[in-house]
Amino acid sequence: MIRIPQTILDAMVAHAREGFPLEVCGILGGTPDTVSEFFPMTNTDASNEHFMMEPREQFTVIKQLRSKGLAMVAIYHSHPETPARPSEEDIRLALTPDVSYLIISLADAAAPVVKSFKISAGVVEHEPIEALV
Amino acid sequence: MNITVNGKATTLPENPSRTIDSLLEELDVSQRLYVTVEFNGDVLDRDAFTGTPVKEGDVIEFLYFMGGGH
Repeated sequence: MIRIPQTILDAMVAHAREGFPLEVCGILGGTPDTVSEFFPMTNTDASNEHFMMEPREQFTVIKQLRSKGLAMVAIYHSHPETPARPSEEDIRLALTPDVSYLIISLADAAAPVVKSFKISAGVVEHEPIEALV
Repeated sequence: MNITVNGKATTLPENPSRTIDSLLEELDVSQRLYVTVEFNGDVLDRDAFTGTPVKEGDVIEFLYFMGGGH
């Protein structure tokens, strides 16, 4: 279970819509299993089918979180036209330990879907999201 | 030798031949091909991992590539 404020879930969906038709990506920070911080990041691939975060931005976010006594809790990206499930490449590149991987699907533009997964050593496990109002 | 790794003060045995690459191995960092390193505030080219010595007081951050696609 990952707990995410509804405002941050809404902000992730808004980010995905703003970036459409390209994939967008970002980092969520907080305490273990509870998100409190939202960082939209640059997709250096600028692609409809891939994303890669900019390393300098990543280091900046990690240090900013650390200075607040927080940590990276999740990595999110959008699937502009496909379902909210990890692709083979998503699974292969899910290298950061102990974080959740969130996918925002805009396959149905009128009804975006956000799902969370734990991915470790190629094993994918769906994780419920509790929206904090 | 005292260095800082990902914000934590870290003491390692003296080793004059220690490099960024060997440090990552020493720290049991897996999938090192997918690691990005910031060395004293600058992102380090991957080609420099094996040739960059680690010295007293160095500040090292590392993280994994964050990417994906379909």
